[in-house]
Amino acid sequence: MPADLPRAHDWLDHDAGPVVRPYAMTQGRVAPEGGEFDLVAFVVATAGEDPAGAALQPEHHAIVAASWEPISVVELASALDLSIGVVRVLLGDLRSAGLISLYEPPAASQPHDVDVLKAVVNGLRAL
Amino acid sequence: MDSVRSDRNGASSRIPVALKILIAGGFGAGKTTMVGSVSEIRPLQTEEVLTGVEGADDTGGVEGKTTTTVTMDFGRITITEDLQLYLFGTPGQDRFWFLWDELSQGALGAVVLADTRRLADCFPSIDYFEQRGTPFVVAVNCFESEQRFGADAVSRALDLDPGVPVVLFDAREPHGARNVLIELVEYVARRQLASAASR
Repeated sequence: MPADLPRAHDWLDHDAGPVVRPYAMTQGRVAPEGGEFDLVAFVVATAGEDPAGAALQPEHHAIVAASWEPISVVELASALDLSIGVVRVLLGDLRSAGLISLYEPPAASQPHDVDVLKAVVNGLRAL
Repeated sequence: MDSVRSDRNGASSRIPVALKILIAGGFGAGKTTMVGSVSEIRPLQTEEVLTGVEGADDTGGVEGKTTTTVTMDFGRITITEDLQLYLFGTPGQDRFWFLWDELSQGALGAVVLADTRRLADCFPSIDYFEQRGTPFVVAVNCFESEQRFGADAVSRALDLDPGVPVVLFDAREPHGARNVLIELVEYVARRQLASAASR
């Protein structure tokens, strides 16, 4: 940080970004319950009822509303304009509450199927 | 590989297969332009304005660029309903190296964008992918049809392993970027077949 700080409040304009720090909405938690969520893992809402005492926030509900169709973790973050880390913590809460299912991608060690690669090439050619 | 779910109404929605491709390269090499030129959705732009702070990116040779990517750009290409390609523009600065490990986990491969005015900028990306064993192609971004060096010269200058493809393209043209991605996927498929044959 530069020693001479800017004058009070001249940074509070449209470019200042959110005034609430990102992890405020996770009560300061930075790691999700029950392990990580891959960037390209898919999330689907389970149509379960909100369990009593789950204390869900608007952001939790926004995630559930966005995931009636399978949606990837990275797209959720982009669509809801939340940081990946925050989305992961909120997803951990929702998984604990039984409100979402999570589908992790195949293990990283598994080689990509050549037929899938051919389908990708054909798909790209058709763009 | 793909899974099917049923919800309580009995309807089922298939979970797509998502493949990750990383777009790497030095500052100002055209990562954001490339992701944006082929993907359906707007990249997740998280850029910050460059300041004159000491230690910020060296903008020599790329004057006119006033922002730098702080987290990542991302875009999606839907191949079929069940097959999606995700492009991630890797963070350009050293202090974001930690993000690369996660991005490259399970990635199909990477495109290293090279700017022949500042070729050394892509050395760290190449070292990184070589060390991790991530397949990559080098794409030389030819700004304004300027083409000072051929693919062979770039390959020699970067001391690439034989077989690593070098493609000349323009990141602003959709077909340019698309052709680079095709080159990468075909290269990955060749490697896969070769390693299967040698087993």
